[in-house]
Amino acid sequence: MEKKRVFEGVKVVDFTQAATGPLATKYLADNGATVIHIESRVRPDVARVSGPFKDNVSDPDMSAWFPNWSTNKLGITLNMSFPEAKEILWKLIMWGDVLVESFSPGVMGRWGVGYEGVREKRPDIVYVSTCQMGQYGPWSQFRGYGTHGAFFAGFPELIGWPDRLPSWFYVPHNDWVSVRTLAVALIGALAYRRKTGRGQHIDQAQMEAASHLLAPVLMDYAVNCRIQTRDGNRLPGAAPHSAYPCRGHERWVAIAVTTDEEWQAFCKVIGEPSWTKDPKFSTLLARKENEDDLNALVGEWTIDFLAEEVMAKMQAAGVPAGVVQTNEDLFKDPQLRHRGHWVVMEHPRIGPYSFDAAAFKLSKTPMELKTPGPVLGQHNDYVYREILGMCDEQIEDCLVKGVFE
Amino acid sequence: MDEQWERDSLLGGYRVLDLADQKGLLCGKILADFGADVVKVERPGGDPARRLGPFYKDIPHPEKSLFWFAYNLNKRSITLDIETIDGREIFKRLVKTADFVIESFPAGHMQELGLGYPELEKINPGLVMVSISPFGQTGPYSQYKVNDMILWALGGMMFISGDSDRPPVQVTFPQAYLHAGSESAVGAMIAHYYRELTGEGQYVDVSAQECVLWGTWQIQNSWEMNQIIRERGSHQGLRRGTGVYISNPSVWACKDGYVYGGMGGGALAAARVSAENLTKWMAETGEAGELADYDWSQWSSLTITQEEITPKHRLVEAFLAKRTKREIFEEGLKRRIAFNPICNAKDVVESPQFAARGFFVEVEHPELGATLTYCGPWLKLSETPLTVRRRPPLIGEHNEEIYKEELGLTDQQLVNLKRASVI
Repeated sequence: MEKKRVFEGVKVVDFTQAATGPLATKYLADNGATVIHIESRVRPDVARVSGPFKDNVSDPDMSAWFPNWSTNKLGITLNMSFPEAKEILWKLIMWGDVLVESFSPGVMGRWGVGYEGVREKRPDIVYVSTCQMGQYGPWSQFRGYGTHGAFFAGFPELIGWPDRLPSWFYVPHNDWVSVRTLAVALIGALAYRRKTGRGQHIDQAQMEAASHLLAPVLMDYAVNCRIQTRDGNRLPGAAPHSAYPCRGHERWVAIAVTTDEEWQAFCKVIGEPSWTKDPKFSTLLARKENEDDLNALVGEWTIDFLAEEVMAKMQAAGVPAGVVQTNEDLFKDPQLRHRGHWVVMEHPRIGPYSFDAAAFKLSKTPMELKTPGPVLGQHNDYVYREILGMCDEQIEDCLVKGVFE
Repeated sequence: MDEQWERDSLLGGYRVLDLADQKGLLCGKILADFGADVVKVERPGGDPARRLGPFYKDIPHPEKSLFWFAYNLNKRSITLDIETIDGREIFKRLVKTADFVIESFPAGHMQELGLGYPELEKINPGLVMVSISPFGQTGPYSQYKVNDMILWALGGMMFISGDSDRPPVQVTFPQAYLHAGSESAVGAMIAHYYRELTGEGQYVDVSAQECVLWGTWQIQNSWEMNQIIRERGSHQGLRRGTGVYISNPSVWACKDGYVYGGMGGGALAAARVSAENLTKWMAETGEAGELADYDWSQWSSLTITQEEITPKHRLVEAFLAKRTKREIFEEGLKRRIAFNPICNAKDVVESPQFAARGFFVEVEHPELGATLTYCGPWLKLSETPLTVRRRPPLIGEHNEEIYKEELGLTDQQLVNLKRASVI
């Protein structure tokens, strides 16, 4: 008999887009919940229009992101400009245990499904709102993605070089941290509801979640009036500590030496060149004083080797070192393969490609990737007919009018 | 009062034994914030994370680390050396009444001590044990030595961070272990929910590398689909083929700092609307120059030349240089111009948005004779709000409460344990 999955029987109405909302509900979908993800052809999800596209075909069903972010979910399309759509949304709300939305504050209210209204009919529902700034406040109408949020939370100030403008780390960073605490709150609220029968409203400002990842920096300002700023790859108490150039185009290895033992082992690996005995480099304090020169000298050694070779030699000697991996390296990484991180699934339009497994392994209830994120409206028929019990006439009527766009 | 508070929180009444150091502190902090009774188990003399700065008034001291404070608010503390025989026995006694154990030792270490999940499960079948290690408990890299930056590198975030003409960078305030800690909390909660259903605990094996890797989601499929290697420097310009840049920076200096905003148009509707609205604003004070006549729908990221971009960039640069971050953002909100301030710590702490939501909270530290400002609730819950219940603990502050009152150890036993450096 197949073991019951953790969230089996939990019903989630997922009215989110981009990353934070969909990724939070993904934890539930991957562990057995029935998650219905609502989209619209007239308002395509940024995850569908941003690529990367298979064969560079710019089509909302050919983007590799979306299916990766909405695994195991049912997908429907619904155009909220129709009164029929609002009725259908209410049917879904009456069906669900959880409703998650990521619209700008007020949008759900204008559709007649704000928390207060929903609570009257479903006091037990767990209603989750997530957006950049939260449901109220002077900046709550700011429409942004995680990229923008990261600027507000203070990250770019801490990325890059002291002699340059703030730099960047490419990705919508805020999303990843907001996802996790949203999932914790959502699962906790579900457990609470199981015990008490009570639902509640969860209001997340993604910026607030992100700020926690810089909490000591913020406290440094609040307490010591210091504004911390970027400093390349330097770390107090460690030297050498940076990324060093290796053989080939844009190949780098990160090396971190903290203890005397590591320093001595490091010197041995690089062949005990005379500069390592120079008083300029023989103590930690001296190395911190002369860190630019130190980094140049280390780079002169690493440049003759492959990044993988440097990592192997250093690790064998007990010195922390790692290849600065590209997205290509990640696919070939033997440790990730060992963990089974890349799971190949067949997508109806894209064909087979690699999806991410979870970063944690649960010993008794492992998560399962069964289906890729749906193509647009893939489960319209199943959801409208089987789950919501709409009859043929209603469905036909909606189709003709464009309610299911 | 305790019961009431427990009823009104999501994890009230659940006990966590938090053995993690900075490699996993955030996991226990999150559970504590959601109401759990998190007991930080420190080695005698204090957890190594207490050596990390910044420090209160820049005084390096184990009871003054702001890093420690930030990630141990709401926890209690006992000292215990689980490397000793007596320490392990005491730990097992504590496990009997624990709901979660979190640890961040090197892979396999707890097993070596006889405190692996199979042993602890026998003592308490309902226990959820979370192990946070750099690469997971097994595998070719599982014994590799790392630090935060090395994980950032092996997880794929470092390569895409920084300026294109300088080495890849970490975040100056390292993030990898915070990613690991927060992801671990989700694993813990899924296991917790399962335990609520069935009474059975389980083991949660977290790979910090995979936690970092999840943060790169927008880049990895690029290689598999189109053999494109994502590189750093997207904020500096438009890439035309490998290593070829048309400089079009999105980071601008303004009167009191920096703002971020892309200059673009054409098919990128949002960028075009923003650029048009910016041009309108510039024209109001006669600062638009040639932009007043420019049709932004003409812009094509694929074909625009450096000669066409540079003069436009200069005009916008000059305009922004005269205005403050706040001005640019607030006008931007009104006029639908997508420029936001690149905030520093001061901007964040003094942000009116955070103030309106009461995000920052004041916590008293009687020992310091001061009240310190902390990041507050992760989010707002209408029935079970997140609260601050206690300031971060002093080293072993709750030894008496736990050892004497709970375990019934006598004063003499505690003296023995103290002398032997078990506690």
